[in-house]
Amino acid sequence: MMSTVLLAAQIMAATSSSTIVYADVVHPVSSPPIKNGCIVIRDGHIVKVGTAADIKPTGQEKVIRCAVATPGLVDARGTVGLTGQYNIPHDQDMLERSKPIQPELRAIDAFNPRERLVEWVRQFGTTTVHTGHAPGELVSGRTMICKTYGDTINEVVIVPDAMIACTLGESGLKSQDKSPGNRSKSMAMLRQRLIEAQEYARKHAAVTDSDDKDEPEDFPKRNLQLEALASALNGDMPLLIHAHRTHDIMNALRLAKEFDIKIVIDGGSEAYRVMDEIKEAGVPVIVHPQLIRMYGEMENASFTTAAKLADAGIPIAMQTGYESYVPKVRVLVFEAAQAAAHGLGRERALRACTLDSARLLGVDDRVGSLEPGKDADIALWDGDPFEWTTHCVGVIVDGKQVSTVVR
Amino acid sequence: MLTSLICALLMATPSNILFTNGTVIPVTGPDIEDGHIYVENGRIMSVGPAADFAAPSNTQYQIVDLEGGMVMPGLICTHSHIGGWGGGDRSSPMQPETRILDAIDVQDPGFRRAVAGGLTTLNIMPGSGHLCSGQTVYVKLRNANTIDGRLIRLPDAQIAGGLKMANGTNPQNGPPFPGTRGKSAALVRQRLIEAQEYANQIKRAGDDMDKLPPRDLALETLAEALDGTRVIHHHTHRHDDIMTVLRLAEEFNFRLVLHHVSDGWKVAEEIAEADVPCSIIVIDSPGGKQEAIDIDFKTGKVLTEAGVSIAYHTDDWITDSRYFLRSPALGMRAGLDRETALRSVTINAAEMLDLGDRIGSLEVGKDADLVWLSGDPFSNFTKIRGTWVEGDRVFDIKESEDLLFAQGGWGAGNAERPYMCCEEHVHGGGQ
Repeated sequence: MMSTVLLAAQIMAATSSSTIVYADVVHPVSSPPIKNGCIVIRDGHIVKVGTAADIKPTGQEKVIRCAVATPGLVDARGTVGLTGQYNIPHDQDMLERSKPIQPELRAIDAFNPRERLVEWVRQFGTTTVHTGHAPGELVSGRTMICKTYGDTINEVVIVPDAMIACTLGESGLKSQDKSPGNRSKSMAMLRQRLIEAQEYARKHAAVTDSDDKDEPEDFPKRNLQLEALASALNGDMPLLIHAHRTHDIMNALRLAKEFDIKIVIDGGSEAYRVMDEIKEAGVPVIVHPQLIRMYGEMENASFTTAAKLADAGIPIAMQTGYESYVPKVRVLVFEAAQAAAHGLGRERALRACTLDSARLLGVDDRVGSLEPGKDADIALWDGDPFEWTTHCVGVIVDGKQVSTVVR
Repeated sequence: MLTSLICALLMATPSNILFTNGTVIPVTGPDIEDGHIYVENGRIMSVGPAADFAAPSNTQYQIVDLEGGMVMPGLICTHSHIGGWGGGDRSSPMQPETRILDAIDVQDPGFRRAVAGGLTTLNIMPGSGHLCSGQTVYVKLRNANTIDGRLIRLPDAQIAGGLKMANGTNPQNGPPFPGTRGKSAALVRQRLIEAQEYANQIKRAGDDMDKLPPRDLALETLAEALDGTRVIHHHTHRHDDIMTVLRLAEEFNFRLVLHHVSDGWKVAEEIAEADVPCSIIVIDSPGGKQEAIDIDFKTGKVLTEAGVSIAYHTDDWITDSRYFLRSPALGMRAGLDRETALRSVTINAAEMLDLGDRIGSLEVGKDADLVWLSGDPFSNFTKIRGTWVEGDRVFDIKESEDLLFAQGGWGAGNAERPYMCCEEHVHGGGQ
């Protein structure tokens, strides 16, 4: 027994990259809060979460203290890094207006990890973002999942191709004589393209399954657009469908059923009106930012939607969404705070911007909670994260303290 | 028996109210734990500890039990766009003759959302796409179906309001709008000189009607700004644009409130020196346009420490009136003191509208505009439970329709796209 403790101490002493975070309260999220808690970090990963009394530091570790520690926050849908602070053409890559359907556009080709707004959201505790092409075109492009700290896309990326961003409803429509000009046309165009992708995938599979698959001329000519949609059809990339009004949400569910594809509802202002249908379809909802402006297709949005969906047993997550004007990015902890105060409560709201979000995005093996083996992504606070006057006092990404700014 | 008595009282004298069993935040004095406010005919008759309330004889009154919550003055927003588009059209960069009051849809649901946020007085403004986009109007959010029912009348029966001006990139556009900052300032100076001359002509005419210049609504309005009866509410973001406004104010001696002041923290001493109050916008993240990239939560603190009187504003639709208190709270997050945070949405704001003697604090003789909160005004978890304007209840969270506007939901929003101040000249689009 004695020798085991000694050995453990020696191992810790030998590892120069160890850090211990002590917090008055640690919220692992995957388990109940721990008073006088600590998180032991080694080589970028969490190795232990418990009470301060549980560990025997060697004195060699870097020590960080704070009032409250939570997992680094996981933004379930945003556009940060594709959208920049200046709001001029050179820093706005979230919407390509040339065609209504362009799933071939990849977020990794557009994300700027050094954008000041990426730093901004990081300083408020967000360590992982699901970002990419914005709502606003029928199929605007793809999304990706990345960390908020790093100099190049290669350093930050977790999932290079996460979902395909689609828009049903008013914000995906064109004016004058351009298509899609209304909802029926949106659906017809999307269905037509998915059918073409089915055919493309079928031809591809037929060649792959046949004996003479070494003959490249037998493969259908490569088509980036259809390849992307084929990935939606085979379940690799869900369709992230921006839908606010009731009929737009129902259109999304109908589409998912017809093509037997995975979808995620993005927005869902009126989701509270069709909860049975959403639940039956097994579709999660990334609820619109609490402070979206309640006009147009968002006119019936409510601060209580997150709570209502969660009460109904529908998987939800919090997002910062997309803004064409101000604020160019929203702050995830504020969005979760507002949902917390409108019926979701602190515990579920914290989960909705950490572990639930990571699960919805399929990256909960790495982020979203404070558990041994996970990436050491931690947000440090000087009080209740959901109060306006509390500060984020530090941020750790992959075990490295990347922010000490008090925000 | 008691219930029926209270009901009877309620019906008999709706405007006489005793607020009790809660903390009173008068703003101009220290908080009063276990305080009272007594209201008659829409005016505050007494404020103080609960024990000091002396029931008036021969007068019936309703009792509002604050249930341990807090009551503070109704919130005043110095910069709002609720009610729709209005002011100048695209024909010229300066249109002081236009009035926003001629364009306001008083039944816009935005007003219901505003009272749910505890707001009782707004300065409703035309936009910032002009050097001068027109006359603003100060309104009380009374229960009324017409704009006339919400106007504030000055002692001389004039309608209370200011004049909206802007500089920086928003008013810059193709002809006839200016293309540069230098041209913007030159156009404003030229027009103000014309207004000076117009006012001088009137002065010189004296009683001689024949010497009076023909009435000119635009010059008349600018002359009101020059003689100090109409405050100029000036949109401005960048530090150099702020300095330009101060330079013009010094040259023409007009009374001024600086609005937005994204870079205000960079020229705080200069603003203090000019003795000009500032109304601040709070946005979740910097930018959205070049001139706002250095916007910072610390602006309120820095200006306050320099000696500048500050207010916050919603710029509704830019920020939601129901979350108005979040703005001073985020100012506190960056070091603003609590007392100034309270003043910034009440008495300081009232003074910026020349209404400090009527509203903005809980003092005897002032209008009974108040908001009942479940707890601390700057906590995210506090709920606004009731709002009163001149003793009339305009929001009650227990009423299901009021709750709808407080939370949002089916029918609480606007079908039409609203006016969003400053949005017109930025890249972007999309939803």
